[in-house]
Amino acid sequence: MSTPFYVSPQQAMADRAEYARKGIARGRSVVVLQYTDGVVFVAENPSRALHKVSEIYDRIAFAAVGKYNEFEALRIAGVRYADLRGYTYDRADVTARGLANVYAQALGSIFSSAAEKPYEVELIVAEVGNAPEDDQIYRLPHDGSIVDEHGSVAVGGNADQISSYLDQRHRDGMTLGEALKLAVESLSRDNNGGERALAADQLEVATLDRTRPQQRKFKRILGRQLSRLLEENGTAASDEAADDASDSEGTSGSEGGAGTS
Amino acid sequence: MDFLGEHSPELLPGRRPPLPVQGTIEAPHGTTIVAASFPGGVVLAGDRRATMGNVIAQRDIEKVFPADEYSAVGIAGTAGLAVEMVKLFQLELEHFEKVEGAQLSLEGKANRLSTMIRSNLGMAMQGLAVVPLFAGWDVDREKGRIFSYDVTGGRSEEHGFASTGSGSVFARGALKKLYREDLTENQAATAVVQALYDAADDDSATGGPDLARRIYPIVTVITDEGFKRYTEAEVSEIARAIHERRLDQPDGPRAALL
Repeated sequence: MSTPFYVSPQQAMADRAEYARKGIARGRSVVVLQYTDGVVFVAENPSRALHKVSEIYDRIAFAAVGKYNEFEALRIAGVRYADLRGYTYDRADVTARGLANVYAQALGSIFSSAAEKPYEVELIVAEVGNAPEDDQIYRLPHDGSIVDEHGSVAVGGNADQISSYLDQRHRDGMTLGEALKLAVESLSRDNNGGERALAADQLEVATLDRTRPQQRKFKRILGRQLSRLLEENGTAASDEAADDASDSEGTSGSEGGAGTS
Repeated sequence: MDFLGEHSPELLPGRRPPLPVQGTIEAPHGTTIVAASFPGGVVLAGDRRATMGNVIAQRDIEKVFPADEYSAVGIAGTAGLAVEMVKLFQLELEHFEKVEGAQLSLEGKANRLSTMIRSNLGMAMQGLAVVPLFAGWDVDREKGRIFSYDVTGGRSEEHGFASTGSGSVFARGALKKLYREDLTENQAATAVVQALYDAADDDSATGGPDLARRIYPIVTVITDEGFKRYTEAEVSEIARAIHERRLDQPDGPRAALL
């Protein structure tokens, strides 16, 4: 019988972190930005059915990169946690902070338990408040830590480069059109500085919109509305913001019913 | 609490053996709900009274709730249990939608509600029945549909109009004479308020429009644009118009004899 090799805890953790990071880096990125009416999620995702961005509760949404089966399990656990909380107490008692803590506990214990492989996922949990100052964005890396983010955040393959690009250009009070444009610009940059063109059908876009009259603030931006927002340039976007708002209200009912929200 | 649960679970409030219930429990009961479909959707309305024996327990109870974006449920029977059932029903629909990424079919929603009512059969035997009326817009068939239930969870689809609760007999009689298949949304809303008025006229447990206190029936409509609840101003307009006409004709509109 062979004796197992001694591996120092530092080395073991470093190996696991390396393993998880590599898994995450293989996937496409997701960016989350605050804009004047809420939070917008933009992911490069050619699939219409397998989502990277989803609704968790009234004001809370979830975005993830990495292994699909792992973050899908976490998403469902999150929906279950939020629905149970809201049913037991009140809808107002479900918070992004509480949910982020639950995720951090789960990811942390999986990361440090020797029996399992670490999850190759990185999550973002965001909650929209009544005013931009009340918005909360939490980034949850694979090891169970929590980072409280403001303004803009990117996770996934090229996250470092995208975040620094976003940090330089993101400002408070952007319109949805401007924020979306910036997000797409950041996603379309390659590692080596080149640019790829991202069309509307390669993007998954959703918002948590505090101006939405419904209790559930999450809304996917699809099809024509997305192409229209992408075509507008940054300067014209502010003029048409009012037009957008009325338009999105008009379509929200039917889109919610198509089972997309 | 976990410790107690492991060592002597009978001490936890939820795990005590239920007390034997003798006689009937006095609890507020909700009364009449009516629904009617029209070419573009379906209306679901309810009166505002809850009774406890011969006492009016509450004048402004709300008994019609949105179940999700495309359906609504109106409840007759024990108010406490019914409200709880609706809350759980809403939660289940929302939960399914979020986890699966698609809404349940209208048929699926109606079946789920049926199971929930059946699970309440024990309570129903002790006089705490919950009998809802479920209405919604069927996104696949593109029409409004109505489902009625009995205490055992038996589900049946109603065509045209339906009612449930203590005043349902009178409401159904009124709707039978007023209902036509080509009603507009506003006419359908007027027809259901007329039916509630007639139910309140003959059933002591059903409340009519209370003009003095400005308490009007709840009228909701579900179309392809989703659930909408009429505002107080909109319902008061309908209720006042009906009231005005009834000052001349207390029994309401007359149907043709032949």
